[in-house]
Amino acid sequence: MDTMRDRFITTTSRLLDEDPRLALVLAEISRDGFDTAARAHPDRVVNVGIREQLLIGVGAGMALTGLRPVMHTFASFLVERPFEQVKLDLGHQGVGGVLVSSGASYDWPAGGFTHMAPGDVALLDTLDGWTVHVPGHPDEAETLLRRAVATDERVYVRLSVQANRTARPATGDAFVPLRRGTAGVVVAVGPVLDDVLAATEGLDLTVLYATTVRPFDAAGLRRAAGAVTAADVVVVEPYLAGTSTGAANDALADLPHRVLGLGVSRTELRRYGGLEEHLVAHGLDPEGLRGRITGFLRR
Amino acid sequence: MTHTTEAPVYGYDDLRRLMSLMTGDEKHGPAALSTLDALWVLYDRVLRVSPGAADAPGRDRFLLSKGHGPMAYYAVLASRGFFGEELLPGFGSYDSPLGHHPDRLLVPGVEIGSGSLGHGLPLAVGSVLGLRAQGLTGPRVWVLTGDAELDEGSNHEAIAYAGPAGLEQLHTVVIDNASATYARPGGIAARFEAAGWSAWTVDGTDHEALHGAFAAPHPGQPHAVIARVASKH
Repeated sequence: MDTMRDRFITTTSRLLDEDPRLALVLAEISRDGFDTAARAHPDRVVNVGIREQLLIGVGAGMALTGLRPVMHTFASFLVERPFEQVKLDLGHQGVGGVLVSSGASYDWPAGGFTHMAPGDVALLDTLDGWTVHVPGHPDEAETLLRRAVATDERVYVRLSVQANRTARPATGDAFVPLRRGTAGVVVAVGPVLDDVLAATEGLDLTVLYATTVRPFDAAGLRRAAGAVTAADVVVVEPYLAGTSTGAANDALADLPHRVLGLGVSRTELRRYGGLEEHLVAHGLDPEGLRGRITGFLRR
Repeated sequence: MTHTTEAPVYGYDDLRRLMSLMTGDEKHGPAALSTLDALWVLYDRVLRVSPGAADAPGRDRFLLSKGHGPMAYYAVLASRGFFGEELLPGFGSYDSPLGHHPDRLLVPGVEIGSGSLGHGLPLAVGSVLGLRAQGLTGPRVWVLTGDAELDEGSNHEAIAYAGPAGLEQLHTVVIDNASATYARPGGIAARFEAAGWSAWTVDGTDHEALHGAFAAPHPGQPHAVIARVASKH
């Protein structure tokens, strides 16, 4: 199977052929993958070098002239390093663009903390008007990328190496019910789904699958929480734990409820190794998830 | 597209009166006036943009990167008829579109919102690339920065990229009032030239010299004009 990043490259290369309004801005990362596209569209595929403030400024400048820019690098250098450019050059100028990141929270654990961005979605939550897509499979990444490019909005597409075995439809912003139960609701965001399904196997729980987390499907969560015995809700996210806890609480404001936010710990692990080891360390492997979910529901 | 602009509503001699509508003071210090001559010459003789063509794809773009002290900018825009002078007395008030830093979504003719330093040049680089990608090689993009604003590293990402990329449509005017705490070794022009730009340094109050520098050909290169004005200190 190709990775989400592979699919991003093939899909965007094809979209550049089809849509004369589309432009791609790179800062060296994934440059080789876009070699063919850059030769076919030298004016619309721009590599600015290792300059991430310029990466966002250039994309925003292109948007000011009417193009639809896609800006891409690792999440830490796309959202965190040039955060003020994201805030001002896109948001404050009132223009749109698509940020597509790779690297996620721990795609390359051997690379250490400098290449981990568990806080990216929480950071974007401080800004107005961002749509956030978190695909769990390369097919979903392609669907969500095509949707993002077709709008004029500000959209973040968060790609990861971690992926589910099969793709689900990602055609709308609504959370998709995959299991129905009566004892509580678990929301699984993107690539954590397979581990959530394994963790909740045999438990009497509703499982909702989310690939679009902003806007947050408040109505969908409210509906699901209103249909179970006690409105106990667990949100499992592949980035900073608790990122969507506030959104879930707001969705359930008219209902007595409890929310548990699971995700990547804020504490810096200072460990290298592999993805599986980091999932275990953050309690996001099936066993860790099951223990925390059942412990929460017993209370 | 024609390159003529509409007749100005006011002339250069009216600018200080227009500024005084904002400041309530007939006298303006060197900081407030530092950009006035460069702005006037650009809007009067260089930029192909007018209120009637403020959204035309083929217009020249002027990006005020140094958003601090925008009274001269607002006065020039009002003098060219982008908005009426009745807006000027409200400068900075809650109901006014004219803030102490400009907002492109509030003020006709303003191409970017600025205030945080170091955003104009990267946006201008992207604007040039966006225009070029649409076959619009005629429009020119101008950015105004301050000499101290060049302290911001984001400018150097833009300067270092634009030279080797040969962005001939890109132009910068640096208002040099010697306000940088650490003067650039070798001078400001040398910084641009080292990155492959064409660079001219002129008296920032001499309209003929400014126009000569603004209109100088610079084939295959972006162009910087360092406009020296009275020191801030």
